[in-house]
Amino acid sequence: MMTTNIQDRNSARLEGTGSSISVALAGSGGTGAISAATMLVDAAGKAQWYALMTRSVGAQIRGGETAALIRFSTDPVAGHGDDFQVLLAFDWQNLERFASEIPLSANSLVIGDLDHGAAPEVIAATGARYVGLPLKQLARTIPGGRPNMVGMGVVAGLIGLPLEPLYSVLENFFADKGDKILAVSKQTVAVGYEAAAALGDEYRLPPAHTPSSGKRWSISGNQATGLGALRGGIRFVAAYPITPATEVLEWMAGALPGVGGALVQVEDELAAINQIVGASYGGTPALTATAGPGLSLMIESLGLAVAAEVPLVVVDVMRGGPSTGIPAKSEQADLNIAIYGLHGDAPHLVLAPNSVTDCIFTTQWATHLSETLQAPAIVLSDQYLGQTKAVLDRPPDIVFPTRRELASEPADGRKYLRYADTPSGVSPMATPGMPGCQYTADGLEHDQSGAPSSRAEDHLAQMNKRARKLADHDYGDYWADLDGEGDLAIVTWGSSTGAVREAASRWRKEGGKVRVLSVRLLAPVQPEKFQQALAGVSRILVVEQSHGAQFYRYLRAYYDLPQQTRILHQPGPLPFRPHQICEQLSSWRAT
Amino acid sequence: MKDPDSYRSGVKPVWCPGCGDYSVLSALTNAMSALQLPPEQVALISGIGCSSRIPTYVNVYGFHGVHGRALPLATGLKLARPDLTVLAAGGDGDGFSIGGNHFLHACRRNVDMTYIIMDNEVYGMTKGQASPTTAPDWTGSDLTPAGTGLTAFQPLLLALVTGANFIARCFSGDPANLAEILVEAIRHPGFSVVQILSPCPTFRPEQRQWKNQVREIPDSATADFRSAARFLMEDDGLSVGRILYRTDRKPFALSKNRRGDISELDMEFVL
Repeated sequence: MMTTNIQDRNSARLEGTGSSISVALAGSGGTGAISAATMLVDAAGKAQWYALMTRSVGAQIRGGETAALIRFSTDPVAGHGDDFQVLLAFDWQNLERFASEIPLSANSLVIGDLDHGAAPEVIAATGARYVGLPLKQLARTIPGGRPNMVGMGVVAGLIGLPLEPLYSVLENFFADKGDKILAVSKQTVAVGYEAAAALGDEYRLPPAHTPSSGKRWSISGNQATGLGALRGGIRFVAAYPITPATEVLEWMAGALPGVGGALVQVEDELAAINQIVGASYGGTPALTATAGPGLSLMIESLGLAVAAEVPLVVVDVMRGGPSTGIPAKSEQADLNIAIYGLHGDAPHLVLAPNSVTDCIFTTQWATHLSETLQAPAIVLSDQYLGQTKAVLDRPPDIVFPTRRELASEPADGRKYLRYADTPSGVSPMATPGMPGCQYTADGLEHDQSGAPSSRAEDHLAQMNKRARKLADHDYGDYWADLDGEGDLAIVTWGSSTGAVREAASRWRKEGGKVRVLSVRLLAPVQPEKFQQALAGVSRILVVEQSHGAQFYRYLRAYYDLPQQTRILHQPGPLPFRPHQICEQLSSWRAT
Repeated sequence: MKDPDSYRSGVKPVWCPGCGDYSVLSALTNAMSALQLPPEQVALISGIGCSSRIPTYVNVYGFHGVHGRALPLATGLKLARPDLTVLAAGGDGDGFSIGGNHFLHACRRNVDMTYIIMDNEVYGMTKGQASPTTAPDWTGSDLTPAGTGLTAFQPLLLALVTGANFIARCFSGDPANLAEILVEAIRHPGFSVVQILSPCPTFRPEQRQWKNQVREIPDSATADFRSAARFLMEDDGLSVGRILYRTDRKPFALSKNRRGDISELDMEFVL
């Protein structure tokens, strides 16, 4: 009976986004839970399913407890669901530390290794069905076999993932380890696959849709951000490591030389931001990536880039704050510092991707805008997006034609005006090497030539110019993603968008109407477009992952909101579950 | 031929009468003229402070950035644009206090550029506070009325041990010598450090006496790393006019392998 039960729950939950199965693999460091999960995700993609995987780790540097949280789906998925149908634990060590991130129900199946005894109280209390399997003993039946390979086979068997794509992934993974190790791993996976047969077929995912939409990609949000930056033209990166942004930098370090660019590791965040100011001043589109504490250190020089009108991109992969906070877990609480952190009136760009795929587009667009408008751009990704590994359709190629407006050599006798007060506010930029255009870029207020000036007229003219070039630019439809209709709207941003979209699709399945507005361009603000998008809306639910409701207060400051506006906000690290959002909508309807 | 004046921007300096930085400006434009540098191929980068105003006064590409960050800004520019002649300039407060960490790492990194430090042992722009090179018993500042009590920074000793491969000290009162040293520093491949004693007649009027106190660095000091280090440990900081140390450690540069097709990057993600 459980078969139909689970399937029904899933298909009901995911109307419009297909069926899904959520599986958690957990174990202490060295059990190989993460690598098993990684291979399962890639195999699912090869089988033309979709998947996403987030990781949860303790505070240790290496080792300690880890969990890989995977959602397999027949259709694209942007986040985790309400709960997990399967938890496979290689052992129980410290599992309680992230048990709250793996919600289980009475319909869930928990698989443990018989060698490690019964499930701990925190798991047992969920009412989930517990089955013990001799994972270690099964692994020993193949000389050299490892329990995580058995577990991989068990999960594949449970969800109906064919062995062929799994073997193909193993072949890639063990390509340089030799045939013997590959053969052992295949045999061990097969042992697990057979063991899963005894567990029934109620957790099987329906076959992938056919015809397939082509080859899937497997990419993390942090990699996607790096790819978007390179597509946008970034060719210089200054790097100072910080969790969870480091993977953006690590991926770019490998990729940049191939496209004629380079990355340099520097001594601190202040060096990172100033090196990219220098590189960009020299004509090379430049980027750095950091997380909250690093962004704080970079803020003064972001203001320099505003005043000197130097394009650059700073990716902030947000984590739990304030201070060192929870470095390995997610939150959307750097919004305030990104928008308001700069001293003086310092117009700049702030953008936020709202899915792993969108990390590519938004970073590419941010680079384009920054170069076009000669203003710094902050891209607010977060740990949840950045460290999610996702299987998705090949993202489209997007080309933005315009680039940095370059100066030409001045006609005889005329002085080049770096900060010329043009109608658009964008002044032609000379780069070193261009004869006749020598000027001094300055963070000090200056006149149109760049010479320092404390005159009120010059200050006002330059302030107007810097504000105008951002305010008057046509950002097209990219400023936000809008879908749905009706007089009820959910307004959200960034990684919360995934859960919101899933909740909206359930709401519509139940006959409700709802619009979803996910704001991508946070600064400069777009009040007219906001009004158009929400014309006729009388109720708004704002959803954001911050304790202080930063996004809601930002909306209140710049946009007209209806009387009936509610906020669903919570701090990290727990992501929103779609049911939380549906419950808000339901309670509203009840009143 | 480009004469020294052609490297002047014509903007009037904000410096006080008698400031040593005027001579540094002259020496710099003389050095550029001696090297016949195309002005558009030179970038002069600074942070904040009296001496950091210098880019505005020179007819080359300039960047007047934020306090203490001249070196990373210059480093990013040089790494991205190795074809340019990159000079960083600033004072003792900017370079050794707020920018101290960057100084250490610039010496280690050895990017091919020249760092010109106008040292007057005081923060002039904020009107007379102690800097890292100020003597511990200087009581001229209201901020440290009993003196700092701190050991004065020894910039060149630090530059030496952290790996700078060209080190010189000059006196702004001898602009001819200064211009010669600057020519050598700019020619030298790698990170070259030129400390210039540049008096502040406003907040450190006693520095007017430097012209009677400076002496030439002896030959024996410049033979090798050890003799330079030994000399610097014992010197009172008023020995000038010579390149103290020079070595040919390979400058740091970024390798840019090839210009490939951006779409090749996609292949990494295809399942």
